[in-house]
Parts: sequence; C-alpha cells; structure tokens
Amino acid sequence: MELTTFWFIVIGVLWTGYFVLEGFDFGVGMLFPLLGGKRHAQDAADADKRRRLLLNTIGPVWDGNEVWVLTAGGATFAAFPNWYATMFSGFYLPLLLILVALILRNLGFEYRHKRPEPEWKARWDLAIFWGSLVPPLLWGVALTNVVRGVPIDANMEYTGNLFTLLNPVGLLGGLVFVALFLTHGAIFVALKTDGPIRREARAVAGRVGVVAAVLAVVLLTLLGLDHGKTVSWATTAVAVVALLAGLAANAREREGWAFLGTAITIAMAVASYFLMLFPNVMPSTTDAAFNLTVTNASSTDYTLKVMTVVALVFTPIVILYQAWTYWIFRKRLSTKHIPADVSLEHAAEPDTALRS
Amino acid sequence: MDATDLARWQFAIVTLYHFLFVPITIGLSFVVAVFHTQWVRTHNPDWMRLAKFFGKLFTINFALGLVTGIVQEFQFGMNWSAYSRFVGDIFGAPLAIEALLAFFLESVFLGLWIFGWGRIPEKLHASTMWIVHVGTLLSAYFILSANSFMQHPVGFRFNPDSGRAELTDFFAVLTNKVQLVTFPHVAFSAYLVGGGVLMGVALHLMRRESLRASALLRGVDDLDSTAGATRGGTGSSATAEMTMTAQARQATAARADVPLYRKAARIGAVLTLVAGVGVAVSGDLQGKIMTEVQPMKMAAAEALYETSPQGAGAPFSVLTVGSLDGQHANALIEIPGLLSFLGTGTWDGEVMGINDLKAQYAAKYGATGDPTLVDAATDYVPNIPTTYWTFRLMIGTGIAAAGIAALVLWTTRRGRAPTSKWVLYAAVAAPLLPVFGNSFGWIFTEVGRQPWAVFGLMTTASGVSPSVSVGEVVTSMTVFTLLYGALAVVEIKLFLAYVRKGAEPFDPPTEPSDVDEDAPLAFAY
Ligand code: HDD
Ligand code: HEM
Ligand code: HEM
Repeated sequence: MELTTFWFIVIGVLWTGYFVLEGFDFGVGMLFPLLGGKRHAQDAADADKRRRLLLNTIGPVWDGNEVWVLTAGGATFAAFPNWYATMFSGFYLPLLLILVALILRNLGFEYRHKRPEPEWKARWDLAIFWGSLVPPLLWGVALTNVVRGVPIDANMEYTGNLFTLLNPVGLLGGLVFVALFLTHGAIFVALKTDGPIRREARAVAGRVGVVAAVLAVVLLTLLGLDHGKTVSWATTAVAVVALLAGLAANAREREGWAFLGTAITIAMAVASYFLMLFPNVMPSTTDAAFNLTVTNASSTDYTLKVMTVVALVFTPIVILYQAWTYWIFRKRLSTKHIPADVSLEHAAEPDTALRS
Repeated sequence: MDATDLARWQFAIVTLYHFLFVPITIGLSFVVAVFHTQWVRTHNPDWMRLAKFFGKLFTINFALGLVTGIVQEFQFGMNWSAYSRFVGDIFGAPLAIEALLAFFLESVFLGLWIFGWGRIPEKLHASTMWIVHVGTLLSAYFILSANSFMQHPVGFRFNPDSGRAELTDFFAVLTNKVQLVTFPHVAFSAYLVGGGVLMGVALHLMRRESLRASALLRGVDDLDSTAGATRGGTGSSATAEMTMTAQARQATAARADVPLYRKAARIGAVLTLVAGVGVAVSGDLQGKIMTEVQPMKMAAAEALYETSPQGAGAPFSVLTVGSLDGQHANALIEIPGLLSFLGTGTWDGEVMGINDLKAQYAAKYGATGDPTLVDAATDYVPNIPTTYWTFRLMIGTGIAAAGIAALVLWTTRRGRAPTSKWVLYAAVAAPLLPVFGNSFGWIFTEVGRQPWAVFGLMTTASGVSPSVSVGEVVTSMTVFTLLYGALAVVEIKLFLAYVRKGAEPFDPPTEPSDVDEDAPLAFAY
C-alpha cells in the first residue's frame, strides 16, 4: 500500500475514534436539560443530582476522548499539510465557533462542581449544553461539505465563504451528526447508570434513534448517489443495519449491545465519508484539476515513514491504556453514589475571625 | 492594520495566554506528584492534605491550559496557511507526535488521578500524577522542537520543485542544538513557576492561620475575663463558656495548620532557588547558541548598534534611558564585559552590532532574489525597545523570585512563622514574577526572531493565510480576546476562593477493597 493511502486511512481512523468516543459525551452534554431537567426531576435538588450523575458518567474520560481530534488535526498537518492549510483557513468561522464551544464546554465540565451557587451551576449548564450541541452540528456541516466538494482555486485556496457551506445537504449532515450523537449518548447513559434515569435514557434513545436513522439514510443516499462506490455503499448498509440492531437491543434493555450498535453506526458512517472521498481529500467544485488529493496534498515519503513508525509503535499503547481507564471506571452509577456537594465548604472565615 | 499584523497580534495573544497556564501545569504537577508520593511513603497526613489541596489548584489551572491548547492546535492552519504549506513536512510531525505521546498521557492519567480516590490502589494512584508530569514534559519537548526549528532550521532541504522545505533528518530536528538548550531552560522556568505558586499560596495561608489563631485566642482571653466577672451572676455564663470552647478549638486548629503551610512554603522556596540556578545556567548556554545562530537577536537584546571588537568586552546595561535607536541610548548602570560573557563565554569576546549585522544579513539573504521571502524594504532588525526590555525583565523577574525564596528560607528558619505585612507582599509576588518572566522570555525570543517566521527561510509576512479576510481575523481576535479576558477573571476568582478555603482536614482515604458498593464516591464532579 502507498504510504499516502495508509495515512489517509489513519486520519479516517482518528476521526472515527473521535466521533465514536466524544460522540457519546457530546450526547450526554446535550441531554443535560432533558434528563436533568424539570420533566424528569422531582425538584431542584434532584435535578442537580441528576446532572451531576450525568457528568460523572463521562467525568474521567471526556478529556481523553477529545485528544483524538487534536491528534487528527496534528496528523493531518504532518501527513497532508495542504489539506490542513486549506481546510482550516477555508472553514475559518465555523472552526472558530467550534473552538469557542469546546472551550466553554470543557470548562463547564471542570468548573461546574467547583462552586455551590445555583447561578454558577446554571451558567455552566448552558455552556455544557450549547458546547455539546454546536461542535457536532458544525463538524457535520464541514465534513459533509468536504465530501461534496467546495470551491478551491489553482493555489489550493478556498474561495467560498461561510454561506457556501450552509447548503441543504451540508446542514442535513450537521443534523445527522447531532441526532446520532444524541442517540449514542442516551444509550451510554443507560449503560452507565442505574435507577430511573437509566429507563428514561433508554426511552430517549429509542425515540431520537428513529429520527437519526431516517435522516442518516436520506443523507448517505444523497451523498452516495453522487460520490458512492461499492465499498462505501457497503459501509453505509452496515451503518444502517447496526443502528437498527442497536435500537432493537435498546428496546430489549440490552444496553451493551445497543451501545455497540451505535458505535458501529458512527464508525461506518465516518468510513463511508472517507471512502467516498478517496483518493481526494478535498475535491474542488471549481475545477476537478484543482482537487486536493492524497498525492498532491501530502508530505514527503520520508516524513510519512517517520510518522508511520511512531504511529505503529504508540497507537496500540494509547488504545490499551485508554481502554484500561474505561475498565477501571466501569461501575454503573446512580444518584445514591453522588456525594453531598462539598465544594468550598469548611471555608475558613478569616475576615470575621480577624475582625472580632 | 493589515491581515498580517492582525494575525501576528492574534498569535501573540492566544499563545502568550496559553503560556500563562502551561508552566503552572508543568510545575504544579511535579509538586503534587511529590506530595502524593510522600504520603504513600510515610502516611503522614500532612502530605495527603497538601497533595489534595494543591491538586485542586492544579486542576483549576489545568482546565484553562487545556482549552487554550486546543486553539493552538488549529491556529496554524487558520491564520498561517502559507506557512503551514511551506514547513508542514517538517513542522507537522512534532505536533502530531506531541498529541499522540503527550496529550493522551496527560488527559487519560489526569482523569485517573482526579477520580481515582478510593477506586485504585494508592501506589498506582500516586504514580498517575507522575505520568501526567512526564506527559507535560514530553509535550514541552515536542512543541519546543517545532519552535526551535523556526529559530534555527536543521534536518531539511529546500525543494525548488515543490517550493517548500522538506524533512531529511527527523532526528536532527529533535536534537537541534537550539532545542537542547531551550528545553532545559523552559523546564527550569516552569519549575520556577511551580515553586513560586507553592511558596506564595503556602506563605499566605501560614500568615493567615497564624493571625487567625492569635485573634481567636485574644477573643478567648476576653471571654475568659468576662466569664470570670459574671461567674455566679447571670445565667448567660453557660453560653459564654460554649462559645469559648468552640473558639478555642478553632484557634487550636488554625495554630495546628501553621507548621503545615510553613513546611510547604519552605519546599516551594527550595524549589524556586534550585530552579533559579537552573534557569540561569541554561539561559547562559542559550545565549551562546543564540549568538551563534541568530547574532541579530543578541545585538537586539542589548541594543548594541556598533560591533564591540575582540578585546574590548561588550558591557551589559542594567538600565538605560533614551530612545534605544542607536543615537541617544545612555546606559545608566553597566556591568562591564557581561554581554561578551553571555554571548561568547569570555569577558572580552567580540559581539557584533546591529549595523554590521544588518549589512551582513542584507548581503546574505537579499541576494536570494525571491520576492516572497524578502524585499528591498526588509531591514532585518527586530523591534529593539521590545527585545531590550523584555530580556531584562525576564532575567529580573527570575532574580527577584529567587531573592524572595532566599528571604523566605531565612525568615522561616528553625520553626519561625513570620506574620508581618511583607510576607503578604512576598506571597503575591512569588507566583506572579516567574509567570510573567516566562511571558517576557517568549516575547523576547519571538520578537527577536523577526522579520523571520523560519529563520533565513521564510518571513512572517509571507506566512499568513491568503484566503482569510481582515474581517475574519478581526472577528476571531475580538472573540478570543473577550473570551480569554472573561475566563481569566473566572479562573482567578475560583483559584483564590480555593486558596482561601485552605487545605481540608485530613480524611483517611479508603482503599478500593473496602469500598461499599453503594457508598457515595470519594470524589465526584
Ligand atoms: C521566569 C522565567 C525565566 C527566567 C528567570 C529566565 N528565562 Fe530566559 N527564557 C524564558 C524564561 C526565563 C522562557 C520563557 O522560557 C524562554 C522563551 C523561549 C525559551 O526558550 O525560553 C526564554 C528565552 C531565553 C533566551 C532566548 C533564546 C532564543 O531565543 O534562542 C535567552 C538567551 C535566555 N532566555 C537567557 C536567560 C538568562 C541568561 C537568564 C538568567 C540569568 C534567563 N534567561 C532567565
Ligand atoms: C508558548 C510559547 C510561545 C509564545 C508565548 C510565543 C509568542 C509569540 C509572539 C509574542 C509572537 C509575535 C512576534 C511578533 O509578531 O513580533 C510569536 C510569533 C510566532 N510564533 Fe511564537 N510563541 C510561543 C511558542 C511558539 C511555538 C511553540 C511556535 C511553533 C510551534 C510558535 C510559532 C510562532 C509563529 C508561527 C509566529 C509568527 C507570527 C508572528 O511573528 O507574529 N511560537 N510568538
Ligand atoms: C504554539 C504551539 C502550541 C500548540 C499547538 C499547543 C497545543 C496544545 C494543546 C492542544 C493542549 C491541550 C492538550 C489536552 O487536551 O490535554 C496543550 C496543552 C499543553 N501545552 Fe501547549 N501548545 C503550544 C505551545 C506550548 C508550549 C510552547 C509548551 C511548553 C513549552 C506547551 C506545553 C503544554 C503543556 C505542558 C500542556 C498540558 C498542560 C495544560 O493543559 O496546561 N504548549 N497544548
């Protein structure tokens, strides 16, 4: 196999890892107002406990999940510098929004529990919700447009603007990402919790899952008609079957199987995208001669060789220790495991003491 | 302002901001790992309390280091696409390796450390923080090797067909001689920050607890006398007695914590001193390499316009008034020969001046005839006042921090716990000085490299993204500046709230085996 092809696959795998893993924590964040809101909670205290429960299902792992996208970005820079340069300078404003959303959401995870005031928590709850909704939406829009092609000139520069990206198929792509991650996240909550929230999460997954399935079929068919190949139709078919099987397992309360189903769906949907793309990495709608391909966007053979050695040695190690943390934190949680809020308690009151 | 200036401002703002948190993360992860290990070794509750307390402060800070790092990963593509195309073959590799080797380690093992209380065995638990620390050092190593390439390109060739720089020897990039002196310097300056934060926080709490204990005891004394006077009289003496014992108990608790914080402050002071020596030694080595590979930067550091020939001994000015433009600069305080020593290792070595270097650079680089690299207007001289002052401020803040550390060690000797006002000032200055020292060092390094993005290969101006409009850069710069400003306020308030809270009382940790399945978690968000 050509090294350029190998690296195209590696980058596909990195995005897959990102969406399969961060996909469920995006979903959990989006479910904050629903599963942790008035509809299900008895009172404000219960709502807070539920939100904290949701947070704790992903608490130890979300940061490791996010590193997949940082690695995807770095690997794109290293293996396909022209792809990195064209895509991130071209999709400037959407990327800016994604970055802002990720910043706020991550701080929400880290800071929400650090103060007891309800206003403080409410503000970070908003950050977590919007920060979990915006990135999947915009990644969906952006990557769908990459597959469809965008205006690129002879110097490999993007010549469109923000509105070029906001076409119906692109937007549908965004919605599909959101719906899939919501389903995936709800099933994850069902898998990781116990008590009423587990049942409610399953119900949400069942309902949203059907919408996700319909939208995904429409999107992948639309894209496939223009860019499909035999293999990409095959992966698309697997994605759809896995989603339906996952939803069936969910209905039978087999959460482990259901989670495997949505994980395969996401992986196969990303695979379909990359298969439709190959051998381009960013096709140009201006002129096919201006397409960025695995060849004209890539680094030299030497760089790819160095990177291959590094990737082959370290990726398995990373996967092993990351999987091991999932094992350590495998226990189901329920609201009774959530300790009382002790942030900033016992705070000494030096001022009153000094004044007296 | 054109898109280039804006992109430069944006880069400087977001990167300097990222680098406020980075050295704290590197330094504090080390400190927490040491405390946690001491707990496992001795089971002295003090170590556990300190590990948990500084661990909290560490996570508050880490969160911002992390989120600002995400921006860093993408901004080369966003604002510097021409640059990314030109050096991607070389520059991308360390970035990707940093993510794969360092970021995964940091984030996964920090998750384990934060949530590990009562869930993993204590030895393993303490080692997770060491792994986080190693991750931060790896992170620094790889990103600095990318930056060192920009300061002194090695291990590559320029390919005229593809019009870009291409990697020929990755090992050479990782062992660039600039990198080999830069990494220790940055690591030591991070430990300086870690020591400063530890010392500052602990000093403040030591002083506060000590004052609080005496204030409470004074209150107790008062109560004693009133209680004595009213004894046998009114019925309120029972309540007075109760308040008294509560206060006495609080006072004892406060008093009991003074040695804890004193110990922490002294450890911080020792770390600051050791790191201070390391920073000076490694900085001196950096000066030599810099004079060799970027002589203009050394001349700019001193605003030395005329070459100081062999035997003359170029002086180092500590303070200058005047315009630094080569005409009216009047050094008020000078240390003879020091600049020669910094640059060459001998007290009278030759140091080239800006004017000679300018002619030399023009002859060398102007001759390429490539208009995308340099043009007739390029003058090869960085902004002199900036390089001059930031170089001095970098060194000055380090010396000041080390001075405070020495003072702290002296005044806290043999059980002393001073409470005078200066302790408070020292507590504030100890963390801030080295943090800003790092910023000054970076501003010096990066501004001193101008007009080059990659020294001798590509100018900063030719690296910007051609497809990004001024409007877009203005938007992102405004967004980041406002967002970062707001986040700084949030983070500092939170950090101070947790400092004020102080170390929590000792709570014996549970081992995984004796955890009751239904018991609440020892730690949860
Ligand atoms: C508090 C932090 C701190 C302190 C006390 C010092 N430095 Fe420093 N210095 C840095 C923090 C720093 C830094 C932020 O970490 C830099 C920026 C880039 C780098 O490599 O390290 C730096 C860069 C830097 C450079 C530029 C290297 C280049 O551009 O190639 C030189 C020559 C020195 N330092 C020399 C010194 C000397 C001689 C010091 C004291 C005697 C000193 N530094 C103290
Ligand atoms: C974290 C520490 C760093 C800080 C604080 C920092 C700071 C700065 C500053 C202040 C500038 C602006 C100089 C000017 O415009 O005159 C600059 C320029 C630049 N730096 Fe650094 N830098 C850091 C590390 C790096 C690293 C690690 C890289 C590469 C991996 C890098 C790449 C660049 C580039 C591409 C520019 C060009 C833009 C420009 O000149 O404005 N910097 N940096
Ligand atoms: C301009 C180039 C830089 C890029 C692209 C970059 C990228 C990043 C990213 C993406 C993260 C977050 C990782 C996570 O999710 O855990 C991060 C954190 C970190 N970076 Fe940077 N960084 C840059 C400059 C630097 C420099 C110059 C250093 C050190 C000398 C450094 C050291 C660190 C460390 C120690 C962390 C982890 C600790 C923390 O989050 O505070 N970075 N960086």
